[in-house]
Amino acid sequence: MSQAGMIMEFVHRRRRGAELFLLVLALAVGVGAYAAVGLGVDGEVPTDLITYGGWLAALVVIAHLVVRFVAPYADPVLLPVVAALNGLGLAVIYRLDLAEDTTFARQQLTWMSLGVALFVIALLVLRDHRVLQRFTYTSGLLAIILLLLPMVPGLGTEINGARIWIHLGPFSFQPGEIAKLLLVVTFAGYLVLHRDALALAGRRVLFVDLPRGRDLGPILLMWLVSLGILVFQTDLGSSLLFFGLFLIMLYVSTERAGWLVLGTGLFIGGALMAYRFEPHVRVRVDTWLHPFDYYSDAQGATSFQLVESMFGMGWGGLLGRGLGLGMPERIPRAESDFIMGALGEELGLTGVIAVILLYGLIVERALRASLICRDGFGKLVAVGLAGVVALQVFVVIGGVTRLIPLTGLTTPFLSYGGSSLVANWVLIALLLRISDYARRPAPTLSTEDDADQEATQVVKMA
Amino acid sequence: MSELTLFLIRLAYLAILWIFVLSALSVIRSDMFGARMPEGARQAAAKREQRPPKPARARRGAPTHVLVVDGDNLGERAELSAAPILIGRGPDAAIRLDDDYVSTRHARIAASGDQWFVEDLGSTNGTYIGNARITQPTTLTIGTQVRVGKTVIELRK
Repeated sequence: MSQAGMIMEFVHRRRRGAELFLLVLALAVGVGAYAAVGLGVDGEVPTDLITYGGWLAALVVIAHLVVRFVAPYADPVLLPVVAALNGLGLAVIYRLDLAEDTTFARQQLTWMSLGVALFVIALLVLRDHRVLQRFTYTSGLLAIILLLLPMVPGLGTEINGARIWIHLGPFSFQPGEIAKLLLVVTFAGYLVLHRDALALAGRRVLFVDLPRGRDLGPILLMWLVSLGILVFQTDLGSSLLFFGLFLIMLYVSTERAGWLVLGTGLFIGGALMAYRFEPHVRVRVDTWLHPFDYYSDAQGATSFQLVESMFGMGWGGLLGRGLGLGMPERIPRAESDFIMGALGEELGLTGVIAVILLYGLIVERALRASLICRDGFGKLVAVGLAGVVALQVFVVIGGVTRLIPLTGLTTPFLSYGGSSLVANWVLIALLLRISDYARRPAPTLSTEDDADQEATQVVKMA
Repeated sequence: MSELTLFLIRLAYLAILWIFVLSALSVIRSDMFGARMPEGARQAAAKREQRPPKPARARRGAPTHVLVVDGDNLGERAELSAAPILIGRGPDAAIRLDDDYVSTRHARIAASGDQWFVEDLGSTNGTYIGNARITQPTTLTIGTQVRVGKTVIELRK
């Protein structure tokens, strides 16, 4: 400790009050949307607004209280942003329910309750994220088992062309959503141990540091796993997500652009091969490039969904039609993959930009937690989780807005889908745990009374 | 319901959405620099907090002693109940090492809450966990190997 008593040091504040304030606003976003949907469709506020709002508020307050007691230094923005997105998603799903006479919103609320319950359990059980490092290989094995489960005959089922579901009695479930969290833990645990070998060895070719041949093993393995998912489960989105996630974490842990060059090369090679040999990939690319050629039934209507969503967003314009006043039910399955289309139609560009900004905030907070985290494992897990959210949002919204070919992934927190919602709530719990650890002031062990006790050191001769 | 009311509802909802986004941003902005407080004030506060020292309840699985696992003083140990434990070549060190690369007051192991930390005391050759030289108090778990000079010590149950 230096003698100057006035050196200012940096300490993070707890900010739980700010979180509560933001949560109240987030509830206004969620419940307000619900009320606006009722006003738009029926001309009156939904009759169950009080019970609905009360249930939502109870969930949010429980989550807040648990964070307040178990992770007092955690980031104050993450939970409100997630609550707002989830509330908004529920309202849009409810709006589609009214148009199509389905009950997805009720099921989604049940899933959200389960998600919050798991969020609470995760925060209570996992008091220190570094414990997860012990389960590096266990979670890797579990992730691979989960990814293989849908391939088991009798257990896995094929829905809408992708074999990523398992059925257990009345429940259907997407194991890939849990696997992505486990894979983040595996990659982080592996890379934190092997980053030096991956970062330092290798040679320089044309200004790019290329890694050694023997270090290529894991990246090639990951590439093969992604290709396997693509070919055998015909799930473009997940394969892109897993490979991209691994590449991001590899790049962050080694700080070498060579891995990015290599990974992008492998990705482009794999994508070209998939385009050539996989008919469903070719359909996706064709409908992306020429959506209007495949719109009518005569041409197979493979781009019907995409084109309807584009019509909707075009009709929505800058301010949208207003909640409950558009026709988002024209988009098939608007409540899951194409919820951004429905949102763009009824809230317009203004609403869509707000939602994308909220996703940006989640990623930013995750990266910030990673920057200030004190241990390498925590840093990598936070980066990985940020990558999961960012890749998912980019792939889905990019697909719906026709920036990239459409791939099947759920929009985190917004779209209908139980496994995805639950997994994402656990993801947020992990992020809060890491940010709580990172923002907590460093322990003070030095005490003044024995700091200068022995100013002169005796040099021991020989 | 009239067109105008619906239009106003639409604008009001977009306004709520953006108010939420902007207030989240303002919380982030005010969080950017945290709370600044003079060095020492925090320690005073921490001291006050720690004033009634919790009786160290020996939990199952909690480390009980520090053991020298490699180096000239192999096997030397110190009980954690006497924390903070000073490691060095000096006569007042709880673990006294005859290692030429160890400073007189080299490092210290102390508890904060139910976690154990090792802190370098400005030694010449540094304190290492793995290959990394530590620059601030670093948490220790059972089996984490701490290297001071040519000596390796760790927490044991």
